[in-house]
Amino acid sequence: MNRIVEKEYFSESVVKLVLEAPEIAKSRKAGHFVITRLGKKGERIPLTIAEADIEKWTITIIIQKVGVSSIKLANLEVGDNITDVVGPLGNPTHIEKVGTVLASGGGVGVAPLLPIVEAFKNAGNKIITVLAARKKELIILEEQMRNHSDEVIVMTDDGSYGKKGLVTHGMEEVIKREKVDLAITVGPAIMMKYVALLTKEYNIPTLASLNTIMVDGTGMCGACRITVGGKTKFVCVDGPEFDAHQVDFDEMLNRLNAYKHYEDKAYRTFLNKYRKA
Amino acid sequence: MDSSILAYLKKERDKEWRVELRNKLKAKDRTSMDRLDMPEEEPGFRNKNYVEVNKGLSEEQAIHEAQRCIDCANPTCIEGCPVGINIPKFVKKIEAGDFLGAAKTLKETNALPAVCGRVCPQEVQCEQTCFYTQKLKKPPVAIGNLERFAADYERNSGKISIPEVGSRNGIKVASVGSGPAGLAFAGDMIKMGYDVTVFEALHEIGGVLKYGIPEFRLPNKVVDIEVENLKQKGVKFITNYIVGKTGTIEDLRKQGFAAFLIGSGAGLPSFMNIPGENFIGIYSSNEYLTRINLMNAADPEYDTPVISGKYVAVIGGGNTAMDSVRTAKRIGAKRAMIIYRRSIEEMPARDEEIKHAQEEGIEFLNLNNPIEYFADEKGRVNKMKIQKMRLGEPDDSGRRRPVPIEGSEYTIDVDTVIVSVGVSPNPLIPQSMKELDVSSWGTIKVNKDTMQSSVPDVFAAGDIVRGGATVILAMGDGRKAAASMDRYIKDKVRSILSLVKEFNTIGDILSFANK
Repeated sequence: MNRIVEKEYFSESVVKLVLEAPEIAKSRKAGHFVITRLGKKGERIPLTIAEADIEKWTITIIIQKVGVSSIKLANLEVGDNITDVVGPLGNPTHIEKVGTVLASGGGVGVAPLLPIVEAFKNAGNKIITVLAARKKELIILEEQMRNHSDEVIVMTDDGSYGKKGLVTHGMEEVIKREKVDLAITVGPAIMMKYVALLTKEYNIPTLASLNTIMVDGTGMCGACRITVGGKTKFVCVDGPEFDAHQVDFDEMLNRLNAYKHYEDKAYRTFLNKYRKA
Repeated sequence: MDSSILAYLKKERDKEWRVELRNKLKAKDRTSMDRLDMPEEEPGFRNKNYVEVNKGLSEEQAIHEAQRCIDCANPTCIEGCPVGINIPKFVKKIEAGDFLGAAKTLKETNALPAVCGRVCPQEVQCEQTCFYTQKLKKPPVAIGNLERFAADYERNSGKISIPEVGSRNGIKVASVGSGPAGLAFAGDMIKMGYDVTVFEALHEIGGVLKYGIPEFRLPNKVVDIEVENLKQKGVKFITNYIVGKTGTIEDLRKQGFAAFLIGSGAGLPSFMNIPGENFIGIYSSNEYLTRINLMNAADPEYDTPVISGKYVAVIGGGNTAMDSVRTAKRIGAKRAMIIYRRSIEEMPARDEEIKHAQEEGIEFLNLNNPIEYFADEKGRVNKMKIQKMRLGEPDDSGRRRPVPIEGSEYTIDVDTVIVSVGVSPNPLIPQSMKELDVSSWGTIKVNKDTMQSSVPDVFAAGDIVRGGATVILAMGDGRKAAASMDRYIKDKVRSILSLVKEFNTIGDILSFANK
C-alpha cells in the first residue's frame, strides 16, 4: 500500500501524483519505471517515474486519463492508497558526456524525460529540449525542464502555445542550426517513430524510451516484446531504452492496440456506472 | 541412503503399532488388492469451469489404498522422493485411521504436502521406485493420492498442526522468491530457529503455484493455507519487492541478513523466432496463464483483459502446454489444439495431464510444427502455417529427433496462439550481482551438494539453477540449501567464536576491533 501525499492537475486529463515509496525513491535512477495495481480487481500497468525525493521518501508519477485504469488512478485523492506499487523496473539510462543532447518529449512522455534530461545536464552536456503536445493545456513540466535545459522549444499542433507544428519541426530547426551528438525521445509511439525517421536522415544516434503493455514487468510474461534490429526484445528487462533506428515502431503500434476492443468496452461500462453513481 | 537415516527408519518401523498393523493382513492379501483410481469430475462438465479435476479419495478409499502398502523393510519409495518423506510411516498412519498423524509425518519433511500431492510427478519418483513397480510389475501404491488425502483431511478438519519451531536464534536469512523453492526453504529455516523473510516481486505469494498452475489442477486456496501456516510459524512475507531492483543483496546485507536463497524461478519465455510471432493474439504460456490465473482476466469483473479465442493453438508438449490448452478450452475455445513436433510418446507432460486433456476434447496435432503466422488488417493472428514432421534418429536427450517432411505444409485458422516451448532463467539477480557465476544459459552455478553459489552467502534453488523443472525438484533444492546454509552460518559463527577465545583482556578486544 502506497499513500498519496500530493496531487496536482496539469490539465483536465493529466494528473500528477506524489506517493510514498521509500525503497523505490532510494533506488530509482533516470529511465526507471514502476508497475501499479489499483484494487484487488485492478490490472497491472507500467508508469514512468518523473521525480523522486529521497528525503521525503516519495516518487512522482504522471497519469493521463486514457482508459479505465488510468481514470481510476487519476481520481485518487491525497490520503488514498495505491494497492500495489513495485519497482524501480527497467534499466537506468546510460548517462555520459557526449556534447549536445537534443531531447524530445510528447504528451506525458515529458514526465520520464525529465530525470533523463536532468542527469545528462549534470553530466556536463548541453541540453536542448523540444516539448510537444496537441494544445497548450497539455504541455507539462515546462518550468522544471527549463531548469535543466540550456534551451526549451515548445511546439503545439494548434499553435495555442509556443510554435505551431509537430515535434519534428522543432527538432529539425535545431539540427539544421547546430551539431547534435545524441537525440533522446519519449512520447507516444507514433511520435517516436517520426522522430527516429528524422534523426536517421541526419545520422544522429537516437535513444527511444518505450512504454508497452506489461503484466509482471520482470521478464516473466513477454507481453512487452518488440522487434529491435530484427530480434525480439523485452522492454521490461532489455529496455525500456533502445536504439530508435532499430525499433520496429509499426509492430509496436500494432501491439499497443491488442486490447483496444476490450478497453473501449470496459470504458463504456465504466462511464455508465459512473453516470448512474 | 545414509546409515543414520536407515537406522531411524528401522526404529520407526519396529514400533509396536507398525508391527501390529503389518500382522493384521498378510502380504499376499495386500498385494492381491487393486490400486484405486483417483475419482475425477466428468470431462464434459469440468471442461467448462475451473472445478478441480481430481476429487480426492474418501476415507474408506484411502484406507484401502494404504493397506496395499506392505511396509517394506527396505522402503525404496523414499529414495524416489526429492524431499525424503517417510512414506511408509505416513501411509501406515492412514491405514491405522490416524489421518492427522499422517499429515504430521508429511510435514516433518515437506512444507507443502497438499501442493505436492497434486502436482508431483509421482509416477517417475516414489511410485516409480515402489516395490510394486520394481518387483511385482504391478501398479504402485498411489502414494501421491494418499499424500493429498492426508493433507486435505488435515486442512478440512480445521486442526492444522503447526510443526514445532526451535528456539529463535535471531539470525536473519532471506529467500528471494516465494515459489516452491523459497517456501520449502522458509519452512525448514524457521523450524531451525532462523528469522526468515521471503521477498516476492509480484503482489501475491506463491510464485508459479499462483501465476502458473491453473485452479483446476491446484486451487489457490490450497496454496494460501500452506502460506498461512508458514506465517503462523513466524515467516515474514514482503510482496512487491524485487531483489536486485527495489534493493540489492548488498542493501539487505547491510540490514543484517546473514545469507540468501535465490529462488527467482524461470523467467524469460522462449519463442521460436518464426515470422509473424509478434502478431496480436500470440502469447507466451507464461503471459496467458498469468493473465488468467493471477489476474483473473477471464472474469469480466476484473480489469485485466485476455483474448479468449475460439480457435486456439498451443505450441509445445509439456505440462505448461497442457495447462494452457485446457484453460483455453475452459474459457470458451471451440477448437483447442496441441501442436507438438514429436509424437505423443516423447511428450514431456505427465501421462495424467495428457489423459485429462484428451478426455476434455483437446485435439493433438502431434508430429506437426508451426513455421509461420498470418494476420488480418488489424494485425490480429488469423492463420498459421504448419509443417508435418517424422521421427529420425535419437538425439542427445535420447528422444527421436523430429525431421521436417518437405512439401507437407498446410494452413489452419487460429485466433489465439500460445507458445509454450520453454523458458530461460530470470536475469534480474545475475544482472544486479556481477560477482555471481552464471552459466551460458543464464542459470546460477551452484555446488550440487550444497546449492551454494560462487558468492559464499548466496545459495540458489529451483528453476534459476535448473533452467526449467518441477515444483518438487525446486522444493528438494530449497531444503538442501536450507541444510547447507545452516551449516555455513554455524561454521561462520564458530570461527568468530574461536577468535574470541584468543582475547584475554578488554585491550585485546579493542585492538582487534581497531583492525
